[in-house]
Amino acid sequence: MHSTYAYPRFGYRRSPDQDAPERARHPVVIVGAGPVGLSTAIDLALQGVRVVVLDEDDTVSIGSRAVCYAKRSLDIWDRLGVAAPMVAKGVGWQHGKVFHHDHLVYEFNLLPESGHKMPAFINLQQYYLEDYLVQRARGLPNIELRWKHKVLGVAPAEDGVTLQVETPDGVHALEAEWLVAADGARSAIRRQLGLEFKGQVFRDRFLIADVVMQGDFPAERWFWFDPPFHREQSALLHKQSDNVWRIDLQLGWDADPEEEQKPERVIPRLKAMLGEDKPFELEWVSIYTFQCRRLDRFVHGRVLFVGDAAHQVSPFGARGANSGLQDAENLAWKLRLVLDGLAPAGLLESYDAERVLAADENILNSTRSTDFITPKTPMARALRDAVLDLARDHAFARPLVNSGRLSMPSTYADSALNTPDAAGEDFAGAMVPGAPCTDAPVLKEGRPAWLLEQLGFDFTAMLFAETPAQAQAVAAWAARQAIPVRVLAVAPDAATAAACAAAGLPAVEDHGGLVARRYDARPGTLHLIRPDQHVAARRRRFDPAAFDDALARATGRAPAALEHAA
Amino acid sequence: MSRLDLSPRLTAPDAFLAALTERLRGLDEAETRAFSARLILLLANQVGDQAALEEALEIAAGGQEA
Repeated sequence: MHSTYAYPRFGYRRSPDQDAPERARHPVVIVGAGPVGLSTAIDLALQGVRVVVLDEDDTVSIGSRAVCYAKRSLDIWDRLGVAAPMVAKGVGWQHGKVFHHDHLVYEFNLLPESGHKMPAFINLQQYYLEDYLVQRARGLPNIELRWKHKVLGVAPAEDGVTLQVETPDGVHALEAEWLVAADGARSAIRRQLGLEFKGQVFRDRFLIADVVMQGDFPAERWFWFDPPFHREQSALLHKQSDNVWRIDLQLGWDADPEEEQKPERVIPRLKAMLGEDKPFELEWVSIYTFQCRRLDRFVHGRVLFVGDAAHQVSPFGARGANSGLQDAENLAWKLRLVLDGLAPAGLLESYDAERVLAADENILNSTRSTDFITPKTPMARALRDAVLDLARDHAFARPLVNSGRLSMPSTYADSALNTPDAAGEDFAGAMVPGAPCTDAPVLKEGRPAWLLEQLGFDFTAMLFAETPAQAQAVAAWAARQAIPVRVLAVAPDAATAAACAAAGLPAVEDHGGLVARRYDARPGTLHLIRPDQHVAARRRRFDPAAFDDALARATGRAPAALEHAA
Repeated sequence: MSRLDLSPRLTAPDAFLAALTERLRGLDEAETRAFSARLILLLANQVGDQAALEEALEIAAGGQEA
């Protein structure tokens, strides 16, 4: 088959652990150098944690696989300093179209407002994505990437995990204080621990093909129900980088996976879709089935499951890799605080609670999409077809068309880490405690910048400052905390921003008023933002005692006020 | 409190049932399903409220009125 990409070989290297007289012990070992494992490693490394990453292979993803990366993932990768090449190489998009037979029935726009650094989505072959992540990881002294290191067994203990690792040089053992299992949907660690992966397998098969062609289609997500070129089934078209197009064709449960992968079967199907005369080359073909399932818990003592190892969703909605990224960012800062002795290990229970809930949300959405695409009974099929029929002429039916509800970050609305709003303080908008922070354009030292760029790796106390004195009061509070807290002054005008900056405080100017609008802020409003850019607490006025409590709560330590009350 | 209005509301009950029966006359099983599905969706949209719709689902399934 044709190839637009040359797969790198990272190569096996003997590690010092293999020659050490005593078994080596590492603070964090991550198993699996996919997007989620690598991102977890980079996030931890940038926070000062030394990480060893083990991967049984020594190259990147074979095939384009995940393809669609959502804005929240790009926001995370931007914090990790790796989004720029992804956005430059990827194909940005925000519009989707859904067709029934040969007519348009539904359109959507995933980012109807402007004023965000990152696009709504990019499409990028997973091998490029992993390539960039590996390059980023290699540039960080805290990360050691060990290729051709296969984990044969894990033995969990109270204070760590012992791993048996096989390399071309034989088997050796090493210890991890914490083991992050990022070893994918078929996680060997999950199997070795005998953990049940419960859920639903869908009785359907899909052909995915990467095709190289000069396409006439726009950079949009196009989805067909029962199109003339592929009767009774669905089809999906996505543009990727290098003139590679991703095509998904539903085949039904009775399709023979071996037969259907053969070019003599695939090419006629693609010609029917693309036109008999359209020149194209086939780059990659795969047949897959869907499952929606998860582990009961993502935290098992010192073993922490992330990404597909913890939960699996059907691909419609791009909720696999994107939710895995949110696992990574949720876990990294908590693990770092625990390792630094700044938070109790119990903080990791909130990783379990928050990400299990998020997995359920993703599984719910992706199950609904899959049920719509693959109806289970004649009446379910009739309802689905009725939606598509009615959607052509009637607006009411269009929101019912479900070809995939695309990945949005979860709001941890009921998290134990949140501090509820104070009684009598009313806030409008989406930035409730537990919500992921939204971006907005700002000016930094008079130059265009973005709000999310200012948040960094620690907690941030974001103050809508009228005066430098207000910001200094918050900074004095922040300086007293054992947990690192940065202060960000968001000023309504250039003079206030300059005055705050002159007083040594990080400051931006909310020149378009969009930060204030998106966070429903008034002068004096303070948001406490977690290192993973989720809102922990907010108040209309700065109150040190309230924020002492909020910070304690957000780091898994019982707030002082509650302790006194108890 | 019940949101679904279960008091008699049809302005011409006999005429409605006759019209509905007439529409279904002569349809085969698949056509009946398609017709019923479209009708359910049209009427559900008229009701709109999710709690009322869930109540209707419950009663239709043979359960007790909430």
